[in-house]
Amino acid sequence: MSDHKTMTLTLIVWRQKNASDAGKFETYTAKNITDHHSFLEMLDCVNEDLIHAGKTPIVFDHDCREGICGMCSQVINGAPHGGQDRTTVCQLHMRKFKDGDTIYIEPWRARAFPIISDLIVDRSALDKIIQAGGYTSCHTGGVADGNAILIPKPVADEAMDAAECVGCGACVAGCPNGSAMLFTGAKVSQLAILPQGKGEASARVKNMTDTMTECGFGNCSNHYECMAACPKGINVKFIARMNREFIKALVV
Amino acid sequence: MQLTSSSIGRKILMAITGQAMVLFAVVHLLGNSSIFGWLNGGINAYAVHLHSLPLPIIIGFRLALLAMVCVHIWFGIQLTIENRGGRPQQYAVKSTQKATFASENMIWTGSLLGLFLLYHLAHFTLQVISPETSALKNLVPLHNEMVPNVLGMVIAGFRNIFVSFIYAGAMVALFLHLSHGIQSFFQTMGWSCDKSQPILVKFGTLVALGLFLGYVTIPLTIFAGILKG
Repeated sequence: MSDHKTMTLTLIVWRQKNASDAGKFETYTAKNITDHHSFLEMLDCVNEDLIHAGKTPIVFDHDCREGICGMCSQVINGAPHGGQDRTTVCQLHMRKFKDGDTIYIEPWRARAFPIISDLIVDRSALDKIIQAGGYTSCHTGGVADGNAILIPKPVADEAMDAAECVGCGACVAGCPNGSAMLFTGAKVSQLAILPQGKGEASARVKNMTDTMTECGFGNCSNHYECMAACPKGINVKFIARMNREFIKALVV
Repeated sequence: MQLTSSSIGRKILMAITGQAMVLFAVVHLLGNSSIFGWLNGGINAYAVHLHSLPLPIIIGFRLALLAMVCVHIWFGIQLTIENRGGRPQQYAVKSTQKATFASENMIWTGSLLGLFLLYHLAHFTLQVISPETSALKNLVPLHNEMVPNVLGMVIAGFRNIFVSFIYAGAMVALFLHLSHGIQSFFQTMGWSCDKSQPILVKFGTLVALGLFLGYVTIPLTIFAGILKG
């Protein structure tokens, strides 16, 4: 550690005991932070200090800490996941900040994501959207031959691009309308692109978008903030594809 | 019904009605540009031509446009209210990556355009803003016939700095509204992909700019005394 200069940061963090608490910002000082610390490790240091001081640590979501699971969910200085291109909070490093910086840390803010505690929100609304049609029904029986259904590589790649979505909810957090269109668009598209998903395509797009509205998400007004916020780089072309699927479902 | 109740359905209605109005704005500008004299008899001849169309076509066209405007306003307001509720608590720090001034203020530029539309209809269609210059009351000869003096009415109107200013201001709102609205139409209809989407954004802004420049030229040239009639 001695060969790295350390920095001291001022954190302004949203603290909220539970869903019914009003919540407010609290100011903390993060000391002895090196540029090799990840953002979550920086928070770990702050939490250790808080625990030693007998205070309640800052509650935040995290799991893999290697940028693939999407559990970490913080809006840093107004940008979901901190605003670095295709990066989750856990892979955001403190070298992106300067000594003396003031950092605002807030939870995902959307009507459909009630706050559980501090920086943790309830993202189960996204699960409800998946349950409404984000699957393909299959018949039981013998294992099908791997190449029974031929799928051209570009088609498989396109579906994979949509399937990259880890469901972190940054698109909702970034959207001024709190809309889940990028998430739903990706989940509708990853199946609609493939032959296995075409059978239920019509019911799927209707059910998933209806559930999206029922869960309290807003509507899409094409700001494309979702695409900028997405740590997996999901493109808004999948919203366009979902719109196409919806129009097809209306006609059929 | 899916189209009027669902999230994407209402988005599609906004897109189609909006785009129909964009097409009207293009045709309206082409017609109005006859004021610069490319049509024999100028804008007066164009007005005579329009009004010589069969009455059911004129009424049908006006009703269709009215319906488009009503649907667009109704769902525009409804969706805006819903969307404001989508994020009840704002972030302490506002950081915008992709959204633009135009995309964030559609409801306001749209409201301005709605108010302008009422003024514009009162001015040139109902001709009640300055009745003494009314085209219907001031007939002029054209091809051996007495026709309404639209040219005189337009010129008298735009020589007033306030009137010209209202029109120019409304066209700024039109530019902002369409710079987001046109590309939005293609995205909503699903007629865009990752390659075409940035091009459509530029195309939409370009069309909006073309309409803005085209429309604003008329009051500008009249007010500057270049177009005298």
